[in-house]
Amino acid sequence: MGAKLTVVVVEEDRDRAIAIVDALKAATDCEVVVIGNSSALARRIAAHEPDIVLIDIDSPTRDMLEELTLASGPLERPVAMFVSNSAGGLAQAAVEAGVSAYVVDGLAPQRIKPVIDTAIARFRMVRQMRTELAETRRALEERKVIDRAKGLLMKAKQIDEDAAYALLRKTAMDQGRRVADVAEALVTASELLR
Amino acid sequence: MKTVTLPVAYMPLVDAAPLIVAQEMGFAQTEGIALDLIAAPSWSSVRDMLAFGRVDAAHMLSPVPVAMALGLGGVATPVSAVMVTSVNGDVIGVGRALEARLRATGFGFDFADPRAAARALAQVTDGPLVFGVPFPFSMHVELLHYWFDGTDLGGTKVTIRTVPPPLMAEALAAGDIDAFCVGEPWGSVAVDQGSGALLLPGKAIWSFAPEKVLAVRTDWAETEPHLLRRLMRAVWRAAQWLARPDTRTTAAEILSRKAYLDVPPELIDRALNGRFTISGQAEQREVPRFLEFHDGAANFPWRSQAKWVARRLALRHGLPVAETMARGSEVYRSDLFRAHMPIEADLPGASEKLEGAIPHDTAVASQKGHLTLLADSFFDGAIFDPDLPD
Repeated sequence: MGAKLTVVVVEEDRDRAIAIVDALKAATDCEVVVIGNSSALARRIAAHEPDIVLIDIDSPTRDMLEELTLASGPLERPVAMFVSNSAGGLAQAAVEAGVSAYVVDGLAPQRIKPVIDTAIARFRMVRQMRTELAETRRALEERKVIDRAKGLLMKAKQIDEDAAYALLRKTAMDQGRRVADVAEALVTASELLR
Repeated sequence: MKTVTLPVAYMPLVDAAPLIVAQEMGFAQTEGIALDLIAAPSWSSVRDMLAFGRVDAAHMLSPVPVAMALGLGGVATPVSAVMVTSVNGDVIGVGRALEARLRATGFGFDFADPRAAARALAQVTDGPLVFGVPFPFSMHVELLHYWFDGTDLGGTKVTIRTVPPPLMAEALAAGDIDAFCVGEPWGSVAVDQGSGALLLPGKAIWSFAPEKVLAVRTDWAETEPHLLRRLMRAVWRAAQWLARPDTRTTAAEILSRKAYLDVPPELIDRALNGRFTISGQAEQREVPRFLEFHDGAANFPWRSQAKWVARRLALRHGLPVAETMARGSEVYRSDLFRAHMPIEADLPGASEKLEGAIPHDTAVASQKGHLTLLADSFFDGAIFDPDLPD
């Protein structure tokens, strides 16, 4: 065993960063530093001389980290993207979970694995939560639009709520569109006509 | 024929048009495939999605497959560039501060002369000059270095830094970068946001620079030749469609959709028509063939193009030149292009050419004898011979 590993996590969201740090510290004996996004990312990371850098695969700032892989880049030691030289599907798992890792060349695989495994599990959870949140938000917004469309129909045609919804649904089915889309169109049109 | 769905990664840029049009205008469907187009948040993620099998094909910066073959950049999965999907299309621009200093010297922003632009920049620069580019392995980087080397900027301290285009405005405002080289629509977005002014089109430096390629995993190309052929034909026909001037309005509308670039069609139109608004003062500049999708055998992956890129990378990263050029050239698959192209594609007689040797559009030997190659000069008049590494 060598000295303690230094892991840099690039994460803007404070709560998520804390969750990742806690998980990493619980799983392995390592030093964890969190850096938010900035336009000087690569140099700020290099200042910590990390052994491993973890970043969300969906982050557009990821391309800045590619400079770490260059011999002439800001990190003195050569860096490889971990996923390229690891075996056993760990790479695919990481990409699917939405984490990419940059690892200093020559670091023993048995030291990398627990860190990456933990990161994968944590990022997967974060991604799930994010999807759930986005879905819920979308569903809520759609419901709001549908309610407004129903209200408009009830007033304009003097019908009750069930009849208004039935009319929306029938129109959607006839036109091969989603109820939410028909409702959206109706609300937009009524605003224009007002 | 059963429709096969192929996942394809791309970056939302004007030059992703051949892939988007292949799907939207039915060229993919004609070949019995459907492209599941996945917009990527970064170039590294495009590369990783392709390398690790999340997608079967990708819209890629032309130097990336070469860099991967050379072991540069961390991921070493063998990848093949089977077709060039666009030639030229980058712009070089400066931030507001630099623009003001240039104007104070009476610089006219002709958007054409690389030597004059470099001279003017060198004159107004005292400290180091920092350029932002989207990715360390890109035609942007190659064009900038080539431009610095051959002009007054060679004597100035110039640095190139990776900044994702969506963050370019912020980086300019924060003073992290002074200037930039990006693909459209990002240059025009910068002008419209008031972040800066455009200085040169990429083609002023090299008038026929391969910009993006269609890339697939090399093992996939071997195990799925029939799918590859269908994919290549669909993209080739889309590129041919895009080269017709009467399709530009439609193309701009399609690309502007929320699912693709999500910017107004008028912005996209500038690159497609080569008519630019280069500054906040609404100065107009015209660049014929600013972005070429098809004409002049633009889609042919010339091995000499890969060798040019490989040589430049070798010199900068301290690799043996001759060996690096040989290894790099193998990833531009002129062999697969010859094997898979539709009957109407007029194939050039050779797979390598002297780069920079055509000052004017010229008819050349080809299978059917109708091929005209477009001017491919470098601004300094140099000619690159792929057989002579030094």
